[in-house]
Amino acid sequence: MAAFQERPVGFFTDTSICIGCKACEVACKEWNQLEGNKPELLLDSFDNTGQLDAQNWRHVQFIEQIPDNNGVVMNPTPIAGGQAWLMMSDVCKHCQNASCLEVCPTNAIVRTEYDSVFIQQDVCNGCRDCISACPYGVIGFNEKTGTAHKCTLCYDRLQNGLQPACAKACPTESIKFGYLDDLQAAADKRLAALQTAGYKKAQLYGRDAKVYGGLNAFFLLMDEPEVYKLPSAQNATLPSRNNLAGYAGGFVTAVVGLVAGVLAFRSQRMNEKTDATR
Amino acid sequence: MDRARQLYVQGRSTWGYETEGAPLDGPPGTTQARAKRDPTLQHPRSVFQLLKSHYSRYTPEMVSSITGIPVQQFNDVAKIVGEMGKPDKVMTIVYAVGLTHHTTGGQLIRSGAVLQLLLGNMGRPGGGMNAERGHANIQGNTDHAISWDILPGYLRIPAPGQKSLDDYVAASAAKKSDPNSWNFFGTNYRNFTVSLLKGWYRGVATTSNDFAFHFLPKPATNSSWMSIFDQALKGKMEGVILSGMTATSIGPDTNQVMQALSNLKWLVVMDPLPTTSSEFWRAPGMDPAKINTEVFMLPTTHWIEKDGSFVNSGRWSQWKEQVIPPEGEARHDHWIMADLFDRVKTLYRQSGGKFPDPILAMTLDYNDPKKPELAEIAKEINGKDLLTGSQMTSFANLKADGTTTAGDWIYVGSFTDAGNLMKRRNGVQDPAKNDPTGMGFYPTWAWSWPANRRVLYNRASADLDGKPWDAKRPGIQWNGTTWTGDVPDYPATMNPKDPAAWLPFIMNGEGTGRLFSSSMLDGPIPEHYEPIEAPIPNPLHPAQSEDPVAFLYDQAAGRPNRFGKVDKYPYIATSYRLTEHEHYVTQHVPLLVGLQPQAFVELPEELAKEKGIRTGDRVRVTSERGKIEVAAAVTKRLGPLTLAGNTKVYHIGIPIHWGFIGVSAEQNPDKSKYWLANALTPFVGDVGARTPEFKAFLVNIEKID
Repeated sequence: MAAFQERPVGFFTDTSICIGCKACEVACKEWNQLEGNKPELLLDSFDNTGQLDAQNWRHVQFIEQIPDNNGVVMNPTPIAGGQAWLMMSDVCKHCQNASCLEVCPTNAIVRTEYDSVFIQQDVCNGCRDCISACPYGVIGFNEKTGTAHKCTLCYDRLQNGLQPACAKACPTESIKFGYLDDLQAAADKRLAALQTAGYKKAQLYGRDAKVYGGLNAFFLLMDEPEVYKLPSAQNATLPSRNNLAGYAGGFVTAVVGLVAGVLAFRSQRMNEKTDATR
Repeated sequence: MDRARQLYVQGRSTWGYETEGAPLDGPPGTTQARAKRDPTLQHPRSVFQLLKSHYSRYTPEMVSSITGIPVQQFNDVAKIVGEMGKPDKVMTIVYAVGLTHHTTGGQLIRSGAVLQLLLGNMGRPGGGMNAERGHANIQGNTDHAISWDILPGYLRIPAPGQKSLDDYVAASAAKKSDPNSWNFFGTNYRNFTVSLLKGWYRGVATTSNDFAFHFLPKPATNSSWMSIFDQALKGKMEGVILSGMTATSIGPDTNQVMQALSNLKWLVVMDPLPTTSSEFWRAPGMDPAKINTEVFMLPTTHWIEKDGSFVNSGRWSQWKEQVIPPEGEARHDHWIMADLFDRVKTLYRQSGGKFPDPILAMTLDYNDPKKPELAEIAKEINGKDLLTGSQMTSFANLKADGTTTAGDWIYVGSFTDAGNLMKRRNGVQDPAKNDPTGMGFYPTWAWSWPANRRVLYNRASADLDGKPWDAKRPGIQWNGTTWTGDVPDYPATMNPKDPAAWLPFIMNGEGTGRLFSSSMLDGPIPEHYEPIEAPIPNPLHPAQSEDPVAFLYDQAAGRPNRFGKVDKYPYIATSYRLTEHEHYVTQHVPLLVGLQPQAFVELPEELAKEKGIRTGDRVRVTSERGKIEVAAAVTKRLGPLTLAGNTKVYHIGIPIHWGFIGVSAEQNPDKSKYWLANALTPFVGDVGARTPEFKAFLVNIEKID
């Protein structure tokens, strides 16, 4: 089959229709010949994968948002009011401002003709700088190959006109693959439909340049990014380009931390006092 | 309970329509009574008024008391559902097989169907009462008579005492109860049956021997799933062949099932990989020295290693190709059966036997009778005209004179002289061309039974005059000369305004939807009964809490009933599947094992606090029948329910996929001893289908220190 056109492609992951089946995780491993980590019972809701790493290039998060009302969901639109079992298939974001690419000392990490971020295994020297630089914790180190690994956006499949394995396997089309402009248009339409239907917290993440200059793998989320352990737009900028805000943020955090520490220490002392008097 | 059971059984003969007027024409030897009708729906004994008074007892407060749903939430849901009765709205009910896993399973499905009939949502695109099956081809299994009580195409299994085709048809075919009822199934019952017999016993089946009707078995006892193991427990079963079904894991009541397997002389397991049944003799707690059952493991191909068809819940039969060649000594299930049959036949031929005729006369019209191709079988199922040699194109042309064959009448038209229509793949790649109605029917994608119709009973999608109830969502419509749209479930040129026009539900004797059914053994109108093990007495009638005719296998066989009471087992439990695994076979698939690696139960946060259980702790869950020892997953998704006014009841969720066989069990031999979820479930069945009550039973839970 003919390769895709050499223009930006990406993923639009629509979490509103993810059913948490993890077919994406398996399809990715099958195609990319990843054997997976040793099975471990994590029971983080239904997640036993834990995180993205060298063996897991797709990872489905499960977030239980159930209030204390006997588990009975009173709102007839179950994912509208912070009452939901959120599922999201996480993946490398293929950032426009990709910190992994910027820190890589050997230029092993490149931007491909499809505008994806790709680690050339034969150039990687295993320094792991990219692993610490990635703000999303996407990259992992493979001890056997001695190199860094992450989602390739199925570069080999794209060159042969095949969409990435995860998108192909997704039974609900929660993971959509395509040319970036098409995906962005589809995402705008989907968001508008959800908002009209009353899903006020629904939002796009990484659709525009606010998050690391824009993400080629962007998301439709049903709640704030932090709920999905994603940095909000305010925090999603490369430090090198945002020194002032970074320092200011750091300072504010330090002050808040200090004050909180003092308060915590004080309240602990008071508890001790109460215990002593008992 | 026995008294109530008797009343039910005696009452059955009185469940029927009041009749009036002259009898209607029927098959020879039968009179068909005319059901009394009241189109005003006002007669106090009309079905509608009976339904109304029956269900007036189910107030929102009563529903809340039975189920635990808050009254307000029930009212919200009821309002939304009620609005789906408007012509420009439509609603579907999609249920997983879990809905059948109750002693009232059949009635639960029927209550959904009754609701959809009342709302006018039957026969409409986007409507219906739709089953989601547990495997890609359970619909195909059912169509081709995997259930003991039917022949292919939902023809009834003959019963003892039926000495002729006439007897059989008279007892089995629906009778017309309205002059405008076509009663298509009933009318064609003999055509379908003879064509089936002619397919099976080609040269031997003739008019002079009633088309070899006497070859068909006429089972005197129930032979459904649980009955097999019940018979083995009674010592009445010599051997069992399990083809793709692991009895030990499937249960119910795994320990009792293993006891049943121990009573056999021999057990054949046909499966691609070892199962908890092929290995039952070395299950934790079993003593191989005391088990005399000889177990044969016949490795079979997996469905990815063969071609054939999958039939989905929408009845589309979709042909698939072989993906990879079989490994090792694995053989196709149907080749094993064909080889076995050949050997049995040879034995009969050599040494005779009590009744060799049905075995010796069986038509095996294949290139290699020991290795029939699935395409050959599909072609045989479609059937042919024996006079012309052409494949049949329509079941309407099947005859009772022995000139046609049909291995399963509902599949006639799937494999014609034009080829295997199940292979067609004209889909979303070109909707304008492939979906001419724009309704998503895609008539040249695969083939759907019957007659490639996409929506059953689609006459009901249009009003009396043939106009669609919703112009935006037409099923079929009358254009003045013919019905257009989907393949009509109705004569294609029958003018709806003709006073003799058939009623829409052409398969029923009534011609209308069955709001009242005399074929359900536990009542013509669905009623709520508590499970056999229930935490509360039935709020509707505490003195008769559970279904009085649910089949209590142990009691019927003279074994003690093993049902728990709420004092010892205070929590309700439900068993279910996860999306990550397919039943029990994926325990052999490392990547899927990685997704959900070990057995666990889910329990409500509030109960977990009471018991000091945290996520990841090991817990023991017990019922009157057995125990499991698994990890705990604490969640708020399973809240306590408030039942019967003020009784707080906790709910434990039990995923079923694990056992002592598979990747994870081998990696965790110490932990996996008690992972079989069905060790807990009760050995009791729905009165009709005999489906086990997997979805509601009583347990206790405790932390393992």
